Amino acid sequence: MSASILIEAMQTVPIRVVLPYHLRNLAQVGSEVTVEAELPVCVFSILNAVEARYPMLRGTIRDYETRARRPFLRFFACQQDYSLDPPETPLPDEVAEGKEPLLIIGAIAGG
Amino acid sequence: MSKVRVLVGTKKGAFILSSDGKRDKWEVSGPFFAGWEIYHMKGSPVDSDRIYVSQTSGWFGQLLQASSDGGKTWQQPGLQPGEPEMPAFPAKAPNRFVYDQSGAPLTTHAWYDGTAHPWEFKRVWHLEPSLTEPETVYAGVEDAALFKSSDGGASWQELSALRGHGTGPQWQPGAGGMCLHTVILSPADPNRIYVAISAAGAFRTDDGGKSWKPINKGLVSGFMPDPNAEVGHCVHHIAMHPAKPDTLFMQKHWHVMRSDNAGDQWTKISGNLPTDFGFVIDVHAHEPETLYVVPIKSDSLHYPIDGKLQVYRSRTGGNEWEALTKGLPQENCYVNVLRDAMAVDRLDDCGVYFGTTGGQVYVSPNGGDNWQPIVTNLPSVLSVEVQTIG
Repeated sequence: MSASILIEAMQTVPIRVVLPYHLRNLAQVGSEVTVEAELPVCVFSILNAVEARYPMLRGTIRDYETRARRPFLRFFACQQDYSLDPPETPLPDEVAEGKEPLLIIGAIAGG
Repeated sequence: MSKVRVLVGTKKGAFILSSDGKRDKWEVSGPFFAGWEIYHMKGSPVDSDRIYVSQTSGWFGQLLQASSDGGKTWQQPGLQPGEPEMPAFPAKAPNRFVYDQSGAPLTTHAWYDGTAHPWEFKRVWHLEPSLTEPETVYAGVEDAALFKSSDGGASWQELSALRGHGTGPQWQPGAGGMCLHTVILSPADPNRIYVAISAAGAFRTDDGGKSWKPINKGLVSGFMPDPNAEVGHCVHHIAMHPAKPDTLFMQKHWHVMRSDNAGDQWTKISGNLPTDFGFVIDVHAHEPETLYVVPIKSDSLHYPIDGKLQVYRSRTGGNEWEALTKGLPQENCYVNVLRDAMAVDRLDDCGVYFGTTGGQVYVSPNGGDNWQPIVTNLPSVLSVEVQTIG
């Protein structure tokens, strides 16, 4: 792999992420955060960036061991549901360009 | 002057109730971790400012919080707010509970229908700080296992000989899940630990967790094919007085039991209780033969008999019980008192405390003779612990 490709692979872009209420409180942030995610922008790279920037969120969005999405959480972007897609699936350009956020949403349930 | 700090875990956050030794005026702080289930919180016996908290959620999993200033501030052990970026998913983390698969891996237990089911971590039910080291704490978890941290909760290691001692495949979840809910450290022997699991029974180690044995002889459970089996009993809670560490008192699914030989043999002490189903049991701070239970009508009806909330006290180590009712609701009360929701303080006139699923926390500042509510409208109470300070 050439040096230029290596540099490109490690490039990051600012990504907007909307967190559910309890995770905002845990990380002591507002409803939306911006993290530097590696290219190509996908759920996997964004969650890596979120967990690196906010270590208190590790294990709360995806399982520690399997990195599987917690079953009561969903991932949306540009009105599309990416929850069941492989986490390496590229997200729309609007997310990579910072025009639209990745939404992490808790399932609506009573109690 | 001495004071007390009552640590209350609820289904929607943690609360701290504080009072001086009179225990008639209370300051309420909280909710901490609002919206999260706080299964248990407990202070270190050697550093009252050190408090550990199990914070959990069906959405977001398990977290571990700790305070080193008596509950004024909290943090996840090992994680500093604003710490420099570091690789995600480090090997050590305060909420990383990984079953030990080294040695003889144990991968399945019995499911409700008797089929084999894999062990899956769900939550921490009980935290038991060391009697001597403020940085050491044990965690009883669901699916049943015992973990230990020696760095203040920043990382956890399973004491896997418990699951691996041989009967694990026969353990089965109770209605609340297959939880290790009781951890008792012997003040007489640092290598002796008692644990209790629903629905497996009680277990003891005498070598610091390297080996375990079931201690269920004398327990009889009618719901089991063999009511006298070595494991499978639904133990709800166990209590011990530190002055008599070989004497244990147990509230089982049905039956109140005692053992005078560290669990090797149990005898029934339900005596004249109106029902011997219940969840909590505790011992007076200065009278090792004075016990408290809250009788619950049945396993199908998790509320007091005839809508009357009554604590029962035995001053004779069991069998002879008296109802304590002064200050407690005696009509239209249909709350439950869960297994970790009773505690005693260590003031000269021993205080007794319990919390209900209706959000009340009651105190008796005189060993159970009179009761008064400290708070009446909290979320459903999951656990109550008391710190006696000064």
